[in-house]
Amino acid sequence: MRGRDEEWTGLMRAANAGDAAAYRRLLEAVTPVLRAATYRGLARAGQPVDQSEDIVQEILLAVHLKRQTWDATAPFAPWLFAIARNKLIDALRRRGRRVFVNIDDFSETIAAPAAGDTLSPGEVASHLDGLPQRQRDVLRSIAVESASIKETATRLAMTEGAVRVALHRGLASLAAKLREP
Amino acid sequence: MQTDRLIAALAADANTAPRRIGPVLTLALLAALPVSVALFMSILGMRPDVRTAMHNPFFDLKFVVTSVLAFTAIVVSLHLTRPEASFDRWGWLLVLPVVVIILGVTAEMMMPHQRPWLTRLIGNNAMACMASIPLFSLPFLAAALLALRRGAPAHPALAGMTAGLLAAGLGATLYASHCADDSPLFVMVWYSLATAFVAAVGAFVGRRVLRY
Repeated sequence: MRGRDEEWTGLMRAANAGDAAAYRRLLEAVTPVLRAATYRGLARAGQPVDQSEDIVQEILLAVHLKRQTWDATAPFAPWLFAIARNKLIDALRRRGRRVFVNIDDFSETIAAPAAGDTLSPGEVASHLDGLPQRQRDVLRSIAVESASIKETATRLAMTEGAVRVALHRGLASLAAKLREP
Repeated sequence: MQTDRLIAALAADANTAPRRIGPVLTLALLAALPVSVALFMSILGMRPDVRTAMHNPFFDLKFVVTSVLAFTAIVVSLHLTRPEASFDRWGWLLVLPVVVIILGVTAEMMMPHQRPWLTRLIGNNAMACMASIPLFSLPFLAAALLALRRGAPAHPALAGMTAGLLAAGLGATLYASHCADDSPLFVMVWYSLATAFVAAVGAFVGRRVLRY
């Protein structure tokens, strides 16, 4: 576990220094751990586990938008699991359950089941339609159709800078929509 | 949306680094300062004998108490923006302004006085104090909550409460230069009540706006 935590902390430091590839590796590395923990948390709360991917996506969004609250001198894992716990409790509460999440769910997770290859668009994607058009188009292009920023700019006749701004705002609006009860 | 595609989108946004909250909070409070000062100067203004009052240690003590409150509440607020921060570890800092005022009350008790303690406690401006401190705190509270929205507090109401405490500390610092009641007894009772009110407002609003 120690080795894993140190690796994550190192990747996040690199990400903060502007290394987008390290950031992506970090998010890819934490996702299976978050998935396993969320799965267990849902099962323990007696909730259908098929929502776990939605919650994982919510956690990732929060990690992204709140990454400035991570103290670079502190280990990354406790910060990550605090956010994950908060989001899981939030998701359970929204579903009308008052549950206490066991801290152990997020502390020593090894298992990493493969992603359920769902065909449903998922909760995050279902909020895309409610976004302003610019943000929606950009997010669709990048997150659904796998285009790069450059391709998206050409396709939508926008500057790359404008695509970046719309992407950032779109992600923030998505997170805000997910917070609504 | 597939999770790996979401990750790709997040990575594409990696270089829009969000600003750290400390500087944002500082800027927000600096922006609120002229608003509060303008409110204060147009409604109350400093007391006319402020120059002689400065030689009274109990007049000066009011500023020590209110600024220690503001400072410790700022420190605790910034800690609570971190999702893994625990109030238990940092909350004790908020005891410092209480210690200062209790020391002040004790010091005053040991001095010979013409006026009985109840007269000093009740003072002349209790109601004005209770109304003014929340009023001058309001711009600071709004600014602090706005800045702290960038945080990820585990307990939004608690984070809102500390935002209320810091706003009350700053608002009370302004009011203290007008208030003619310098007895630490007066400060302990009325300033605290006003501060508790602002903290309650902060907690109430924070519970809603500081969720992430």
